[in-house]
Amino acid sequence: MAPLLDVESLAVTLPGPRGPLPILHDVSLTVDEGELVGIAGESGCGKSITAQTLLGLLPAGARASGTARFAGTDLLGLDDRGWQRIRGAGIAMVFQDPTAALHPMLTVGRQLTEHMRVHLRMDRRSATRRAVELLDQVRIPDPERALRAYPHQFSGGMRQRAAIAIALAARPRLLIADEPTTALDVTVQAGILALLDRLRAETGLAVAFITHDLGVLSALTTRGYVFYAGRVVETGPTGALLTAPTHPYTAALLGARPHGTHAVGTLRPIPGGPPAPGEAPPGCPFQPRCRYAEPTCGTTPPPLAPAGADRSVACVVRPHLEEAAR
Amino acid sequence: MTGLLDISDVEVEYRSRGRGRVLAVAGVSLDVAAGQIVGLVGESGCGKSSLARVAVGLTPPSAGAVRFGGQPVTPLGWRRRPETETGLQMVFQNPYASLNPRRTIGAQLLDGVPATLTATARRDRVRELLDRVGMPATAVERYPHQFSGGQRQRLAIARALAPQPRMIIADEPVTALDASSQAQVVNLLVGLVRDLDMGMLFISHDLALVHEIADVTAVMYLGRIVESAPTRELWRNPRHPYTRALIDAVPRIGPTPLLPATLAGEVPDPANAPTGCRFRPRCPHAFAPCGDQPPTLDLGGRSAACWLNDPTLAPATVPAN
Repeated sequence: MAPLLDVESLAVTLPGPRGPLPILHDVSLTVDEGELVGIAGESGCGKSITAQTLLGLLPAGARASGTARFAGTDLLGLDDRGWQRIRGAGIAMVFQDPTAALHPMLTVGRQLTEHMRVHLRMDRRSATRRAVELLDQVRIPDPERALRAYPHQFSGGMRQRAAIAIALAARPRLLIADEPTTALDVTVQAGILALLDRLRAETGLAVAFITHDLGVLSALTTRGYVFYAGRVVETGPTGALLTAPTHPYTAALLGARPHGTHAVGTLRPIPGGPPAPGEAPPGCPFQPRCRYAEPTCGTTPPPLAPAGADRSVACVVRPHLEEAAR
Repeated sequence: MTGLLDISDVEVEYRSRGRGRVLAVAGVSLDVAAGQIVGLVGESGCGKSSLARVAVGLTPPSAGAVRFGGQPVTPLGWRRRPETETGLQMVFQNPYASLNPRRTIGAQLLDGVPATLTATARRDRVRELLDRVGMPATAVERYPHQFSGGQRQRLAIARALAPQPRMIIADEPVTALDASSQAQVVNLLVGLVRDLDMGMLFISHDLALVHEIADVTAVMYLGRIVESAPTRELWRNPRHPYTRALIDAVPRIGPTPLLPATLAGEVPDPANAPTGCRFRPRCPHAFAPCGDQPPTLDLGGRSAACWLNDPTLAPATVPAN
């Protein structure tokens, strides 16, 4: 069976002062029906541009090449009309900041029913009934009252749950969640993660979860992609990816997070910073910061090559990393 | 022993027309000694930033007192801060806002260096400061926008270090940064405390990070400190159900997906705080005595404000952890 979302060799450039700036290079990824897929990386690595491409939200002047197929539709060839059919009803999105995603002057109920009336052609009555169901599903207490409330009357966690309910209103098959819990407290985050997992189990919703937090990636997703400087550098089952990384960057990211060992200096920072778009070195983009780099790393970017069961890695050195990830 | 920074029974009250009186900090006591890192964790709205502002003298407390090196901290006004209090410095969450975008880094660092030194000695001090935070000496002529977020936070730390403080209050200093620069800045702060024998109050909502660096951790919920203990013991054997809930909510890396435990309900509005124990409506172990505010019980080197720790009251079937 073909995957629900199938992206192949996606490349995106944004207009720059000296010609187009390459942002994404040769990104391939798939998401199956009912699958929780994670996308990890630091800011500026191309995670969010990937999401914007999949929703037709790229800024003016951006160019995308390669293929991106969603349930048989070629996304890159869509016109405005075509996108209107996909957005909301096919692919929906939840953003990091729910305050910015919700309209401050419309009631939550109005924002919830709008999608259903447009996409599902529901009348006001049945849309309201479904809105109550949805709010109940995302565990917002007293849904009837919440429908008449404005976003500012909700707490941060409730706002994000309302934003998820709105994203789900038109029964999308794929939800792209871009750092949806980054601004939230851990206990609230735990609730959102449980909610997404329950929705997947109950409705077969597929979720592409973008995050920089590897703990969240491990807790929620079954398969993951690690992005660096606009490329996928490693992919595989999340558990294997994070407990036995094969790319030095994945290992370095793991080393930089708290280990729970409580000893000074256990956080191992990655030296330097990621390259700005258009300033990546000719070879492997991670090479200048990599402690395992060899002369060959500086010539051409390594391709993503198979590395064991369902895994791929873009590294020609393939050092032993057990130590580094601890 | 009293600490270098001594916060005792501090209350912070805000008045707003819509909600009336809001007690953001409802009686908090906390000590930080020289060479010690005290982590203060809690969720948004629990009052940790209000407490930080009082501790550094940015806002006066509505009750209680803050003493630094034995002397009461005077709330900041328009006048120059007394010499004795420049030893108390703060690092904020957002380095974009704490540096002046229109002045060079060198000029901003010079502001903090004591004016009693000669001009050459002051310039040398600026160079030392930059070196200390791992920035090149050429940074003096540059402006804040020419640096990345992590570098800017290091420059903000250099500015805080300029008057040679004995105590730093860091309010979410790495929250706005990426994983790799987070580790750089945290290691820098920890190194400074150890090398210079400073005290540090490290405020964060990231429990895993505080676990990694703090000697003592205090957990705050709705304006009160519910538990305080040496970090390792707090993590290994929490004595307050809220601490337990926070620890269990941290997502962990493992071979298979494992969702973190969820906590029922929402943080209540501090204007309408529950009577008795403020955690009671969300607590899985709530029982009859919780209708009364639990005192902070001394548990030998640690403390917790929970009735479950009172052997005369707690039912044997409900363990405190």
